[in-house]
Amino acid sequence: MHIHKYEKWWLVFGCATLVAFLVILAIGAFHNGTHPNEGKITVDYENVDSIKPFDNPGVHKVEGKEWDYEVVLVASAFSYNPNEIEVPLGSVVKFYATTRDVIHGFEIAQTNINMMLEPGYVSEYVAEMNKAGEYLIVCNEYCGTGHTYMYGTLKVVDENAQNN
Amino acid sequence: MHKTIDEYGKVEEKETALVEKEEKSPSMKQKLTASFIRVDGKDAKLAMAHMYVAFIALLLGGLAGLLQVLVRSGEFTLPLGIKIGYYQVLTVHGILLALILTTFFIMGFQIASISRTAGAFTNVQRKIGWTGFWLMLVGTAAAAAMVLLNKATVLYTFYAPLKAHWIFYLGLALVVVGSWLLCIMQILKYYRWKKENKGQTSPLLTYMAVVNSILWITCSLGVAVEVLFQLLPWSLGLVERVDILLSRTLFWYFGHALVYFWLLPAYMAWYVVVPKVIGGHIFSDALARLSFILFLLFSFPVGIHHQLTEPGIEGFWKFVQVVLTFFVVIPSLMTAFSLFATFEMRGRELGGKGVLGWFKNLPWGDARFLVPFIGMVAFIPGGAGGIVNASYQMNQLVHNTIWVTGHFHLTVATAVALTFFGVAFWLIPHLTGRTLTPKLNYLGNVSGILWGIGMLIMSLSMHLAGLLGAPRRSEYSTYGGAEMAYDWIPYQIAQAVGGTILFIAILVIMYIVVQLIWFAPKGEEEFPVATVAPGAEKTPAILENFKIWGVILVALIVFAYTMPIIDIISNSPAGSKGFMPW
Ligand code: HEM
Ligand SMILES: [Cu+2]
Ligand SMILES: [Cu+2]
Repeated sequence: MHIHKYEKWWLVFGCATLVAFLVILAIGAFHNGTHPNEGKITVDYENVDSIKPFDNPGVHKVEGKEWDYEVVLVASAFSYNPNEIEVPLGSVVKFYATTRDVIHGFEIAQTNINMMLEPGYVSEYVAEMNKAGEYLIVCNEYCGTGHTYMYGTLKVVDENAQNN
Repeated sequence: MHKTIDEYGKVEEKETALVEKEEKSPSMKQKLTASFIRVDGKDAKLAMAHMYVAFIALLLGGLAGLLQVLVRSGEFTLPLGIKIGYYQVLTVHGILLALILTTFFIMGFQIASISRTAGAFTNVQRKIGWTGFWLMLVGTAAAAAMVLLNKATVLYTFYAPLKAHWIFYLGLALVVVGSWLLCIMQILKYYRWKKENKGQTSPLLTYMAVVNSILWITCSLGVAVEVLFQLLPWSLGLVERVDILLSRTLFWYFGHALVYFWLLPAYMAWYVVVPKVIGGHIFSDALARLSFILFLLFSFPVGIHHQLTEPGIEGFWKFVQVVLTFFVVIPSLMTAFSLFATFEMRGRELGGKGVLGWFKNLPWGDARFLVPFIGMVAFIPGGAGGIVNASYQMNQLVHNTIWVTGHFHLTVATAVALTFFGVAFWLIPHLTGRTLTPKLNYLGNVSGILWGIGMLIMSLSMHLAGLLGAPRRSEYSTYGGAEMAYDWIPYQIAQAVGGTILFIAILVIMYIVVQLIWFAPKGEEEFPVATVAPGAEKTPAILENFKIWGVILVALIVFAYTMPIIDIISNSPAGSKGFMPW
């Protein structure tokens, strides 16, 4: 099959760019560990309220782990528990989230924190809070009539600034 | 006796040359064009039946779109008299436009294309086709009834554990089964042609339609398994629980290939019809076929790129599918190259000089060219946005934001939709024995330009709001007065402006279509089919060896999906009961 000279150049250039691009994504994922949520733990979604850690939703300070805080969150139509999360600037936070009913989203607007919450599964994500401010948490998966009334806030607080 | 495509092409070329000269004498034109190769009358009827449904879906779906942008602007609420909620409207919009308009138009166009290039269908084949059409129509009506009764406000992706009425799922199953019959009709015709024309290369349009039929059957198997074995028994109460992650994985195995099912018919028009409209040739028959085969292969082992932020699927396998996703870059680059090469060669033939001088010489006033061309232009940012979406980590920034909605309004709702409209402008009169008059042609251009402008505004503001975090599938909300949500509102107002322009474009298109069906002057409208450039090489026979491609296809699917599916099933939690939170 004949391929025009220019077309060959075009394809070679395109494929080379593609390979370079994929290598960058792969280094990010497998070397720097920037995987999106791939939570592996399963739970009984009908009894989350009595299963650890979801029997105690909220923000918990932890010691001796790779992160400083754990946020344990339960979503249900149409709210998040806890509804307000406050963590200090610079802290590393691990999110554990699940749903008690249908599928919900857990998106912290304008950040990389964005996971699907599916019944029976625990979604997990680790993030560093490196910009102070008040972030809006929204449900970004249609979950019923009250879908857009499902939101919360994440406050990343600069403690030094407050003390001054 | 069947003629080959080359013979057809030659016959036609002579005619157009004469017609161009004799343009001024209408009687002469009548006589000459009367010998254009026409779609068989009975096949035309079947193809037209699909067109009616497709364009009714466009009008109603477009109306739903208009309501959505108005509601989302915050300046307008659904009138109290209408007892229909936002998400019901959105379900209607998604189903009518993404599933019904596309599937019906594609089946009609492919049937006409095969009949035009490989000859009329047999009576038996046509009966299979009509059965398929009626099944699809009954299925559509059943599903629509459930949506209107608010028993299926589950959006067009019907993710469990949202549970619709069982009639809704049954309706969808009928649509899928009906479409299979239509695909079988096309594949049977293809094999018959091959038998009657031993050793010859099949007509390019026929080949492309058959590749897309194979693609459709292969992908809709996924959703058929989901609906027939999971959702239908569950909604009937035969089983209590359903495996959520499995159902989503089956859905997206289907859902991604679905987008190529929409795209390939547009490529049929770009590769074969548009070159003829501008008076040029097919750049390369073999490369066109090769790109279709590559699209077929790479539309399957990739569905998990829609599930990148989901729990329960190993990052490694997500990444494998991301890599495979990007392989479509290759046939896409091939397509872009072929199209621009065709345009440039034709532009130069017409006397265009310099690096870009040829560009001016293209027939910009011809709606059959201009409208699909606007679609091609939209596909460039559409494709670029797709790269962002599929980029593993970057997906987290845009997943389920309105950015994604902006993305597919460029791809399916502009590149594909405008190409379909550009096709309808000649296909409908060809099938109904009327002509696209200069006035209708002009209106066609108006509709394309309006669409381009409206979509530029709507899609751009969707992309920008999405980057600011605005979620998709969401009616108007101030999110408790949150500052971030406040920033989204101007973009939502811009979407309402763009969406209104789009709706006006739809009204213009409906006017043209109605004219072309019932009122335009009787006559002969050409079904443009380009031929390969003179002196082109013969197409390698391996491209028609579907056994080989089938084996590779299955191998790719098995490779990409075996481990993830085993993981999902072996680690699955207890399934979910159904919910109806609407
Ligand atoms: C008048 C023209 C149109 C307007 C104003 C419009 C507007 C919209 C809007 C605002 C949304 C997002 C709503 C939300 O997420 O809350 C949407 C979703 C969608 N649109 Fe359109 N659209 C139009 C035409 C089309 C066309 C021609 C197609 C396909 C061929 C299409 C396919 C879709 C699909 C598949 C969705 C996603 C539905 C969902 O998320 O469930 N639209 N449209
Ligand atoms: Cu929601
Ligand atoms: Cu996809």
